[in-house]
Amino acid sequence: MKAKPSPKARTADDSSIAVEIESLDLVFNPQSAAPVQALKNINLKIARGSFVSFIGPSGCGKTTLMRIIADLQKPTAGRVRVNGKSPEQARRDHDYGFVFQAPALLPWRTIEQNVALPLEVMGFPRGEREQRIAENLARVKLEDFALKYPFQLSGGMQQRASIARALAFDPDLLLMDEPFGALDEIVRDSLNLQLQQLWRASQKTVIFVTHSIPEAVFLSTQIIVLSPRPGRIQDIIDCDLPSNRELDIRESAEFAAIANRVRQGLREGHSYVTP
Amino acid sequence: MSLPRPSGLTAIKTRGESQGLAWFLSQLWHHGVPIVGVGILLILVWYGGAILLNRGLAENYIHNQASGEAAQAQIPTAQWVWQSLNLDRPKLPAPDQILVELKKSIFEVPTSSKRSLVYHTLVTIKATLFGAGLGLGFGLVLAILLIYLRSLMASILPWIIASQTIPIIALAPMLVVILNQLKITGVLPKAMIAAYLSFFPVTLGMVKGLTSAEPLHLELFRSYAAREWQVFLRLRLPASLPYLFASMRIGIAASLVGTIVAELTKSEDGGIGSRLLAGSYYGQTVQIWAALVAASATALILVGLVSVTEKLMLRFMGSNGS
Repeated sequence: MKAKPSPKARTADDSSIAVEIESLDLVFNPQSAAPVQALKNINLKIARGSFVSFIGPSGCGKTTLMRIIADLQKPTAGRVRVNGKSPEQARRDHDYGFVFQAPALLPWRTIEQNVALPLEVMGFPRGEREQRIAENLARVKLEDFALKYPFQLSGGMQQRASIARALAFDPDLLLMDEPFGALDEIVRDSLNLQLQQLWRASQKTVIFVTHSIPEAVFLSTQIIVLSPRPGRIQDIIDCDLPSNRELDIRESAEFAAIANRVRQGLREGHSYVTP
Repeated sequence: MSLPRPSGLTAIKTRGESQGLAWFLSQLWHHGVPIVGVGILLILVWYGGAILLNRGLAENYIHNQASGEAAQAQIPTAQWVWQSLNLDRPKLPAPDQILVELKKSIFEVPTSSKRSLVYHTLVTIKATLFGAGLGLGFGLVLAILLIYLRSLMASILPWIIASQTIPIIALAPMLVVILNQLKITGVLPKAMIAAYLSFFPVTLGMVKGLTSAEPLHLELFRSYAAREWQVFLRLRLPASLPYLFASMRIGIAASLVGTIVAELTKSEDGGIGSRLLAGSYYGQTVQIWAALVAASATALILVGLVSVTEKLMLRFMGSNGS
């Protein structure tokens, strides 16, 4: 077992680009009588250090697109580069941490042991493991719950634990698939704020799937609006609100303008399907 | 593994603390009375059965004891009923006769004696545990092979199922003879026959258990680029533990049956099976029934042992104790 390879191999010319996608297509059951075109002609560049949200109605392929970046799904055609590498190589190099819609904590491990899981799998030495666990539990404010089991925590705390787990091995990229989708709005607001601060402090690249417009606008530096059937990019919106955001920024005119444009994009994407 | 805490249990507990004696009596009424009632009913049916089944033997006995004209006389009901419950070799012994035999063979002979039921039960337990261990190991290895080599599943599984359809009582003597030819003697042949029965539930349970990990957790490990042995140790194996214990409860009972059947063949080593054989050889029905009671008690203890291990293990692994 060797430790995480570092420094990570990257091609010099596109080091400012974290994820690059060209003419990507995904067809489910291409051989069958009724193939489903899940994604069509996706072209996308995600800058290093940015916070990018994929937003769209259910079935638009936003989660699928993220799963392709994570090499949990293979595209039918097109080119995908993650840190200048194939998604498979990026996965093998532990370039990304994935936060699923459900916390996906192992119920037989304590919170601390859950955060330790990727570190064990990736062969971090014991001393470093302990230090990273403490550091990341503190990041998500769960220091006092290290020895609890997942069932003893609320849904929001479990999801924070899963974020700590994804950050534990210090990946460049954080892929988050509707991580707060199952939580109530109050918890969600507070987690959004925490995530915003966390991203600003770490300067990681975050790709975030959501179907909440305020959430996307509040968190992102760039919003990718997707439309369904077939899944495609409807609009790419730069979200140039100040980087130091508080929740009340959602009352501002700039916020409303961006949210409006996102809503507009979603509506256009929808009318395309049902004229 | 972490199921919600059963709310009913907590509810009962709180009520118990608040209402004391009245609650205790109501619990006794609701739980104690049915259990005791069924027990009494069973014992009554048993006595009734013993009287009916043993009537012929009892009447013969009384006739043989009497002489002359008395032998021809009508036997009073009370006399044959009493006699049918106190025969030396009844068709169906009465519960009190079995208790007396148990008391005699457990407490009144040294446990090192071959007449001691404790001695024979310990012989059986030893082979049963050995056999269950072998069965667990073999069953586990087979399950791991089956989940990783899918083609093996199709080619071997029918043979495994076929192996379990052969009556063990027919197979055991042949195995003992073959193993003896291979110079395998002592406790091992019995343990192997026990393992023959107990590996099967372990294999079936663990094939299910080792593939029971949630798809989401499997994807999590995939996102870490984890190697398969890491997935096995950190995900598949812990996720399979509830299945393992369910299998072992059946497996250890099957192991006991296998051991007793093996002891019918290899009776020279003693054990509950040899007691059953000796009892039937000499028509000692009371001894047979006492041995059966010992076998049931042993099964209860062994299955209970598995359950206790399961509770401890799952608690250690973060179950909430439900």
